[in-house]
Amino acid sequence: MTIGITTTDKQPPPKPDIINMHTLSMYVSNKPGVLMRICQVFARRGYNIDSLVVSNGRDAQFSRMTIGISGAPDGLDQIIKQVNKLIDVIHCYEHAGQDAVVREMVMIKIVCGPEQRPEVLQVVDHFGGKTVDLTNSSLIAMVHGASDKVDAAVRMLGKFEIIETVRTGKVVMARGEQPT
Amino acid sequence: MNHDTIDGAQALIKTLDQLGIEYIFGYSGGAAIPIFDALETVETRMKFILVRHEQGAVHMADGYARATGKPAAVLVTSGPGAGNTITGIMTAHMDSVPMIVICGQQVTWMLGKDAFQEADIFGITMPVVKHNYLVKNTNDLPRIAREAYHIATTGRPGPVLIDVPKDISQSPFTGDFDAEIDLPGYHPELDHDIDADAIDAAVELIKGSRRPLILAGHGAMIARADRELMELAQTLGCPVTSTLLGKGVFPETHPLALGMLGMHGTAYANKAIVECDLILNVGSRFDDRIIGKAHLFGRNARIVHIDIDPAEMGKMIVPHVQVIGDAKAALQALNRKIAPLDSAEWLEHLDGYKKKYPLGYRKQGGLRMQHVLDELYKFTGGKAIVTTDVGQHQMWAAQFYLNDESYKWITSGGAGTMGFGFPAAIGAQLACPDEDVVAVVGDGGFQMTLFELATAVIHKLPIKILVLNNHYLGMVRQWQELFFDDRESGVDLLGNPDFV
Ligand SMILES: Cc1ncc(C[n+]2csc(CCOP(=O)(O)OP(=O)(O)O)c2C)c(N)n1
Repeated sequence: MTIGITTTDKQPPPKPDIINMHTLSMYVSNKPGVLMRICQVFARRGYNIDSLVVSNGRDAQFSRMTIGISGAPDGLDQIIKQVNKLIDVIHCYEHAGQDAVVREMVMIKIVCGPEQRPEVLQVVDHFGGKTVDLTNSSLIAMVHGASDKVDAAVRMLGKFEIIETVRTGKVVMARGEQPT
Repeated sequence: MNHDTIDGAQALIKTLDQLGIEYIFGYSGGAAIPIFDALETVETRMKFILVRHEQGAVHMADGYARATGKPAAVLVTSGPGAGNTITGIMTAHMDSVPMIVICGQQVTWMLGKDAFQEADIFGITMPVVKHNYLVKNTNDLPRIAREAYHIATTGRPGPVLIDVPKDISQSPFTGDFDAEIDLPGYHPELDHDIDADAIDAAVELIKGSRRPLILAGHGAMIARADRELMELAQTLGCPVTSTLLGKGVFPETHPLALGMLGMHGTAYANKAIVECDLILNVGSRFDDRIIGKAHLFGRNARIVHIDIDPAEMGKMIVPHVQVIGDAKAALQALNRKIAPLDSAEWLEHLDGYKKKYPLGYRKQGGLRMQHVLDELYKFTGGKAIVTTDVGQHQMWAAQFYLNDESYKWITSGGAGTMGFGFPAAIGAQLACPDEDVVAVVGDGGFQMTLFELATAVIHKLPIKILVLNNHYLGMVRQWQELFFDDRESGVDLLGNPDFV
C-alpha cells in the first residue's frame, strides 16, 4: 500500500494577525557574544526587537537586559524557553501588567526661542520633566516615567518643532519579592 | 607539569587527553600549527586522524559519537578550514550529537581586520552549536576545554566549538591548570530531578488507556533508557514505534515493535498513531517528518511528552502532560507506578495491520534496493553497525535493516546531510574496531565525500561500502514524480564513476 505522504511544505491555516508587545527581563553572563545569541533567537522566529537596555549587573560578571519585543503571542513561550536554554543566560522572565514596575526616559530637542519658551516649559512641567539643555534657539526636555506617560509627553511636545528624539526603551523591575 | 615550559596549545591538548578524548580528526593550516605541534610535543593517548576535507573530519567525529555516546575532537585551521566544518557541525547539532570542534584563528590583534584566513567562526557557528567560545586568554584554555566537554556531553548533547587565536595558543601558560568550570547558567544536574506531580499526571492518563502507543526517540537512546523502555512496554502491554534516530532503542524484532513512524515509516505504525488513544513520547522532538500536519497529529490520543529539553515542550505538539528531564530517570519514576493495561484487543488489531500491510517489494524485474538491503540484513544477522547516507537508500535501509540494539544505526536525521554516511562509518569503525561496519550510500551522496577513501585505506579500516547505484538522485526524482508531474530536473547522475 502507499501511504498518503504529508509534508509540512504547505503553510498552516493563517492565524489571526495579532502582534503583541512583550517585555522580557534577562540576567546573563557578561561575556562577548551574549547579545548576539539572544538576538538570533528572536530574529529566527521573526520577532522584532523594539527596545533594548543593557547594563552591568550589581555583580559585574553578569548583565541585566530588558528587551521589548513584538510578535505573535503564541510563539512567546517558546522564545523564552529558547533564550533560557542558552548557556550564558541565567534566567529570562516575561513581566506583564501589574507585577512589575516599568519605566523609560525620553529626551526631546525642540526648536524654541524666548517667545515659545513659556508654553514649552508648561508642557514639560506638566509631565514632571526637566530641561537639561537650553540655548537661545533650542532646548532639550527630559521626561521619565511609565511608558504611557512618556508617550503622552512625546505627543504633546510634538506640536512644537522637534529636532530629534532619543528614548531609552523600557527598564523593568519585578515588584515585591519576585526576582526580575 | 612545570608551567614555565608549556604554552597554551600544550595546555589544551593535555586537557583534552585528561578528559578522555580518544580521537582527533582534523586538517592543519597556518593558524592551527601551534596546536598541531602540541600533538607532537605533549605525550597523550589520543590518536590523530588526518582527513581529506574538514567536513569529513566532523562527520567522522559524529560517527564516532553515535557509535559510542562519547565525543571526539575535531581540529582545523582558521578561515576556509573552519568554514568547511559548518555542515558537519549543523548535522551534529540537529541530531544532538556531542563533539568538540577546535579551530585555529588569526592572532587576536588582527581580528576584525580581514586578515589572511580570518573568519568570524564564533559568529558564523552560533546558530548551529550548543555553545561556542572565542578564547581571549591563554590561561583560560584548560577551563574552557573542560566546560566544552561538560556542555557537549550533558543535558541534551551537542557540538561545542572553541576558536583559538594563534597568539593565544602560542603564549606561555601560567594559570591554574585545574581551574573549575564556571557555568552559572547551565544546570544539567537538575535533569535527574523528575517532577513527581508530572509523573502522577502521566500515570493518570495512562490508566484508562485501551489503545496505548510508545514513541521512542533518540533521547531515550542518549539516556541509555533501553531497559526502562522495555519494562514500560512489557508492563503496559504497549506497542512501540520509533523515530529514525530512535531505531534500536527498542528491539525492532520484538513482537511489540511497530517499526519506524512517519513519512517513510511502516503503514502499521502510521495507522497506530492515528487510532491510538494514548501517545507516550519518550525522547522524541516530534519532528515534522513524523507528525505531518500538526493539527491532525494524534487527534484521538492523549499525549505524554518526556524530554530533557524544556524548549521542545509544545514546540510542535502541545502534550497533555509534560515530563521534563532525563528519559531514564523519568521512566524509572514512571515504571514504579504503572500497572498493566487491557490492550489485548488493540495488539491483535495491530497484528492484523502488520499482516495486511507488511513492508514489501517486488522480487521480479530487476534488482530492487529493498531486496539488497533485506539481503544485507540477513547476511549480517542485523549485528553490524550500519551508517547511511541520505536518500531513498536511507529510508529503505531504515525499513529493512532492523536494529535490536542502540548505537548501531547511524544516520543523519534532522539535517539530512548527503555525504554523511561514509565518513561517519570511518568514525564508527575507529570507535569499534571489532565490529562489522557497513556504510549504505547512494551514488549521489557517496560522491560528496568519497575522497575519504584515502583516509579509510591508510588506516586499513575494513568498512564495507554498499553503493546503491540507481544513476539518479533517487529521493529527489521520487518527489518530482509525486509532486512535479514527473519532470526530472537535475537528478540524472550521468557519468558516474565505476564504483567497483
Ligand atoms: C548536501 C545535500 N544536498 C542536497 C540534498 C537534497 N537531497 C536529498 S536526497 C537527495 C538524492 C540523493 O541521491 P543518492 O545519494 O543517489 O541516493 P538515492 O536517493 O538515490 O538513494 C538529494 C539531492 C541533501 N539532502 N543534502
